[in-house]
Amino acid sequence: MTSPYPIASILGILFASLTIAAGLIWLERRLLALWQDRYGPNRVGPFGLAQVIADAIKIFFKQDWVAPFADKPVFIIAPAIILVTVLLSFAVVPFAPGIVVSDPNIALLFFLGMSSLGAYSVVLAGWSSNNKYALLGSLRAAAQLLSYEVFMGLSVMGVVMLAGSFQLSEIVHAQRGLWFVVPQFLGFILFLIAGVAETRRLPFDLPEAESELVAGFHSEYSGMKFGMFFVGEYLGVTLISAMITVLFFGGWLGPVLPPVVWFLLKMFFFISFFILLRASLPRPRFDQLMSWAWKLLLPLALLNLIVTGAVVLLLA
Amino acid sequence: MAASAPPVADVLRDRFEAGAVTAAPEARDSIPTFWVARERLREVLGYLKAGVERPYAMLYDLTAIDERNRTHREGEPAGDFTVVYHLLSFERNEYLRIKTSLDSGALSLDSITSLWPGANWYEREVWDMFGIAFSGHPYLQRILMPKTWVGHPLRKDHPARATEMGPFELPQEKEDTEQEALRFRPEDWGMQRTRAGADFIFLNLGPQHPGTHGVLRIVLQLDGEEILDAVPEIGFHHRGAEKMGERQTWHTYIPYTDRVDYLGGVMNNLAYLTALEKLAGISVPPRAQAIRVLMSELFRIISHLVWYGTFAQDLGQLSPVFYTFNDRERAFGIVEAVCGARMHPNWFRFGGVAQDLPHGWEKMFRDFIAYFPPKLAEYDRTVLRNRIFRARTKGVGAYTTSEAVEWGVTGPNLRACGFEWDFRKRQPYSGYEQFEFDIPTGQHGDCYDRALVRVEEMRQSLRIIEQCVDHMPEGPYKSDHPLATPPLKDRTMHDIETLITHFLGVSWGPVVPPGEALGAIEATKGNNGYYLISDGGTASYRTRIRTPSFPHLQMLPLICRGRTIPDLLAILGAMDYVLADVDR
Repeated sequence: MTSPYPIASILGILFASLTIAAGLIWLERRLLALWQDRYGPNRVGPFGLAQVIADAIKIFFKQDWVAPFADKPVFIIAPAIILVTVLLSFAVVPFAPGIVVSDPNIALLFFLGMSSLGAYSVVLAGWSSNNKYALLGSLRAAAQLLSYEVFMGLSVMGVVMLAGSFQLSEIVHAQRGLWFVVPQFLGFILFLIAGVAETRRLPFDLPEAESELVAGFHSEYSGMKFGMFFVGEYLGVTLISAMITVLFFGGWLGPVLPPVVWFLLKMFFFISFFILLRASLPRPRFDQLMSWAWKLLLPLALLNLIVTGAVVLLLA
Repeated sequence: MAASAPPVADVLRDRFEAGAVTAAPEARDSIPTFWVARERLREVLGYLKAGVERPYAMLYDLTAIDERNRTHREGEPAGDFTVVYHLLSFERNEYLRIKTSLDSGALSLDSITSLWPGANWYEREVWDMFGIAFSGHPYLQRILMPKTWVGHPLRKDHPARATEMGPFELPQEKEDTEQEALRFRPEDWGMQRTRAGADFIFLNLGPQHPGTHGVLRIVLQLDGEEILDAVPEIGFHHRGAEKMGERQTWHTYIPYTDRVDYLGGVMNNLAYLTALEKLAGISVPPRAQAIRVLMSELFRIISHLVWYGTFAQDLGQLSPVFYTFNDRERAFGIVEAVCGARMHPNWFRFGGVAQDLPHGWEKMFRDFIAYFPPKLAEYDRTVLRNRIFRARTKGVGAYTTSEAVEWGVTGPNLRACGFEWDFRKRQPYSGYEQFEFDIPTGQHGDCYDRALVRVEEMRQSLRIIEQCVDHMPEGPYKSDHPLATPPLKDRTMHDIETLITHFLGVSWGPVVPPGEALGAIEATKGNNGYYLISDGGTASYRTRIRTPSFPHLQMLPLICRGRTIPDLLAILGAMDYVLADVDR
């Protein structure tokens, strides 16, 4: 069910995802402001929407500075990695029938693979900065992303079993009768937590932790290189929300409205949920984060896998 | 309370021979004062701390006086410098002042860091400010001034103004020297750089860091993220508040006090005036006292609100700070209506307050009393009861009551250990004995209990405010004592004597009779005390500001060793210090 106009799809999805990511900067600031009894950006353009453009212009015109003590090639490549891996992941996301760049039968594995590669960006950025805060941030990132990756992969295996496919469009079609969030509720919760951790958003923003590590792994970054981390983070939020929609909430399925509208509605619901998390929760300590991952979440993911497998076998 | 123990004067007379300890004439604040020979000092202090019945467990303050320009020294030794130790006994509920006299030729004393670990920073400060050395001190270096500073600022021959010191220049050479002086050398502190097979990270946290709440530098010795040792470095916020006290008149110094604990507003005025009014013998009329209590408690709430929001933010919770600052804004609305200013109202005066309360003040306070408790309940739900918040604060940065007393900890940080000690109850001032309120205490002395105590204190402050509103006494808002400044105007234009007194008091400044007094109050962060010495002039001869944040911060290495960086930030947040209060 790949698109009949591949170039149009590629450009369209690229443009749309970048626009959404940039728009999220505005959305997040306005939503946080709403929950924190203040206004947020409301001066530039209608509802402050043009704030995004103003920010983009500002960040593009900043001096392109590389710290003299940094490992230059790695320092420059690191922010590109995160952008590339996340954007590549968008290639397999089926927004609606026909609105997808590529729909391979290993799409889910591709997503997990890209997500793992994205971890390099954060680790290399901290490592090449030659700054102690950045180093601590990237050490935290390495441990956090690896740990949460493990059960992120495991948490979606239940969905794969039920759908009988790694192909995302198949997974959506398999939810015609019932969204997977019902049979795979535990899997959904685990994937959600892992997703927050993978995108390094509060309460799992330990690699940045501005009150502890100044800005963590990207302390030394400025200008558009910082901008790439910034956009990369919002792209990550969009991607995880899109994946939650695809895997657990029936993707584009829904009555009356056109499929792509349903998809976007569901996706923005989860994006807003991500922002609400940031508005309300404190940040756990690093050792607490790790022990939750290995001692609580991983066993739960395995349990989910075993039970789902058993049920599938029984019903078969 | 002290009834069963023999007075300290008798004890010291029996124990030490006549030359070693000499009783001084009674001071204006009635604190027993003794002159001790310099070579016996350590022995006497050691005896007072541990040997005496109902001991003086806390080293409350340690400072010095440059006596060389002083004229009124009746009955005192003729030395050039005096080092003053203030001790506090909880069991006697009594302060004790020990003085020792030094000559310019031999400016050194035995260090008492082995008796009280908390003496460390105080002795460094005395060295920095007066050039008095302490033998046996582990690290006798400048603490408030830069290491490159020449001279000792609180000596009388050191200039007080920049204009007396020539224009400031920063040639490359000097810049390099200054930069080099800031370099941290672990060897100076007896720290290892490496361990078998591994290097330690030395992390420079601050002076510009989002988590330190001001210009504070902490150098951390790290093994991974574990803190092996920490060295707090202060002085970046030092503005010479004590030196300014010697230049400003008694009256014009009041606005400077506002800025010491800049979150405490008029609470600082109260500490200063408590000392000053003891020195001048002014009694404050009941209405003025009640107004002072009213505004001070409002400022306690304001200060705690800043702490509450920023503490949650230190732990990564982004929203509470906006809610608490909104509430603080409401409280500031009242402060503005009453005082005309917000953070630094400069509103208490010598003998009373600047003005009577405005029309409709009761309504503003009653509105706030009705508005605030539901808000506090909401923050309990969102912050204190949050599981992650608890996991981050429970059992973190704990110390015991005896450690706290040893290091000079007062206020909520002391009460979090379970020690019910509040100067408003134990040594009431400004009419606090007439109010009904509880002293909240904790049990474990950890960050969580410190938070609980502060939150509960806000409720108690609200109770006190409510009582003030319900029972505000009638009468004058300022004393009619001749020294009250600026004076009440009723009789000024009717008789020449009053007119002259008023004219002098306003133009020249009030002349306070010679003597010394310590005035201490339960401020927002702990015990804030002013130790004032008058030489019979229009300005103080020596102004000593004892602030709670100074000893609290000194304790940091003790409670953060073996923990991680996130814990350090939790500890700093729960400590509730203000750098201006540390450095003065």
